[in-house]
Amino acid sequence: MRVASRILPVLLVLLLWEGSTRLGFVSRAALPPFTVVMQALAGLVADGSLWANAAKSVPRSLVGFAAALVVGTLLGGGMALSRPFRTLVNPLVQVLYPLPKSALIPLLLVWFGLGDTSKSVLVFLGCLLPVVLSTFNGIAGVNEVLVWSARSMGASRAAVLWDVLLPAASPQILTGVRTAIAFMFLLMVSSELVIATNGLGYMIGALGDRGAYPAMFAVILVVSALGFAADAGFQAMSAHWLRWRE
Amino acid sequence: MPEAGSREAIGVEISRVTHRYAPRNGAQVTALANISLGIPRNQFHALLGPSGCGKSTLLYLIGGFIPVQEGEIRTASGLVRGPGPERGIVFQNFALFPWKTVKANVLYALAQRGSRGSEADQRAQHFIDMVHLTGFEGSYPAQLSGGMQQRAAIARTLATDPDILLMDEPFGALDAQTRRIMQEELLGIWRASRKTVVFVTHDVAEAVYLADSISVMSARPGRIQQRIETDFNNRNDPGILRNPEFVDTVEHVWELVRAEVDATKAGRAAA
Repeated sequence: MRVASRILPVLLVLLLWEGSTRLGFVSRAALPPFTVVMQALAGLVADGSLWANAAKSVPRSLVGFAAALVVGTLLGGGMALSRPFRTLVNPLVQVLYPLPKSALIPLLLVWFGLGDTSKSVLVFLGCLLPVVLSTFNGIAGVNEVLVWSARSMGASRAAVLWDVLLPAASPQILTGVRTAIAFMFLLMVSSELVIATNGLGYMIGALGDRGAYPAMFAVILVVSALGFAADAGFQAMSAHWLRWRE
Repeated sequence: MPEAGSREAIGVEISRVTHRYAPRNGAQVTALANISLGIPRNQFHALLGPSGCGKSTLLYLIGGFIPVQEGEIRTASGLVRGPGPERGIVFQNFALFPWKTVKANVLYALAQRGSRGSEADQRAQHFIDMVHLTGFEGSYPAQLSGGMQQRAAIARTLATDPDILLMDEPFGALDAQTRRIMQEELLGIWRASRKTVVFVTHDVAEAVYLADSISVMSARPGRIQQRIETDFNNRNDPGILRNPEFVDTVEHVWELVRAEVDATKAGRAAA
């Protein structure tokens, strides 16, 4: 029943999509029928281009994402634990926060060129702030009696960081990481649309330029599915890690 | 009254402690003014007073969680300079690690004292059984009632065998029936272990029922207004709560506390 209720809306949209294009309510140039898109997808899988481009996009995005996780946790934790560090870093965070990271794409092109680095850096910058802020808020919000408890048992300050602060802050940190995953896909595609010679975002742009709309839609669907799978997988892992919550 | 002077007899020795703090956008507040208090070893001492009298602050100073500004606090282990495993604490809101099971909470405390493996496991189980949580070893705190969480917290603190047990309104968050049962059980545990206990409460009957001696504290700035010695905790009388002597003592202590509450109100009205 639960599975059915989740799948039903998707099926309805697909049916509407297929029906409206087949019956001519929507121009095929604007929106190819779903079945045609699926045929194009099969073609992209068969000629290996989908796999080849995904194998470019995903690793360089994951590099930026992983770097953001490590650096973001360190920066956020440092801000929560040290007032001087917070005074130093906070203005930078405040300035960087509202800036649309995609505005940096031309600059990153100049600095890091057309290759993987410019995309990894952009994904890193976009994923960094949600992790920094959630880690900072999470750790700063830990009830001090938990720390006092551990200290009175004999735990050192360093041990308290790993044993108490990080696990206590983990629900908030994981929320930030989830936001970062969404940003990763967003910036992966947008950076490749603007500056790339390969990758899934590049494919979308190049296929669109060539007028190969069914194939373009196929790649868009693939990117959506990847993002959905990543988010669903991460949610399932979070639920397992946070099973101690009510 | 036991002599507090000799070194061996020291449980907690508080000398001329004054504590001030500055709330954000506010004038400096003197939370504790020149407090001196000796608690002999093995005694159950209650800090009793209206809310805002600084009794929890005093407990946190003994625990070493906040630094002593003026005066000094000593235990048998020496001057208090920070938290230490010889001073175990139980908080009102339990302070269990919610991501650990009951047993993992107790085992964590034992591991901090270097106890691991099957020996730690047996010891953890012993204290879990003692607080009647047998069968809930694998439960997370969120799955337990408030009373059960507090039992787990008490087991965790007792497992490390501290010389001094600091308790910050430990039963304040529990319903009346559970509180009564927990008081009885704590008394049983204390009689068996005879640890030095410093017990913060605003419940007069609780203080008279549990303690050897009670410090009645005045409201801001916190001072020790009067010290009262009682011995109801050593009488093995199930009907103690209806004992006229007990009832009179509760009434007497309540009058002292009420005077402080009234003084606080008058102070607020004047301000």
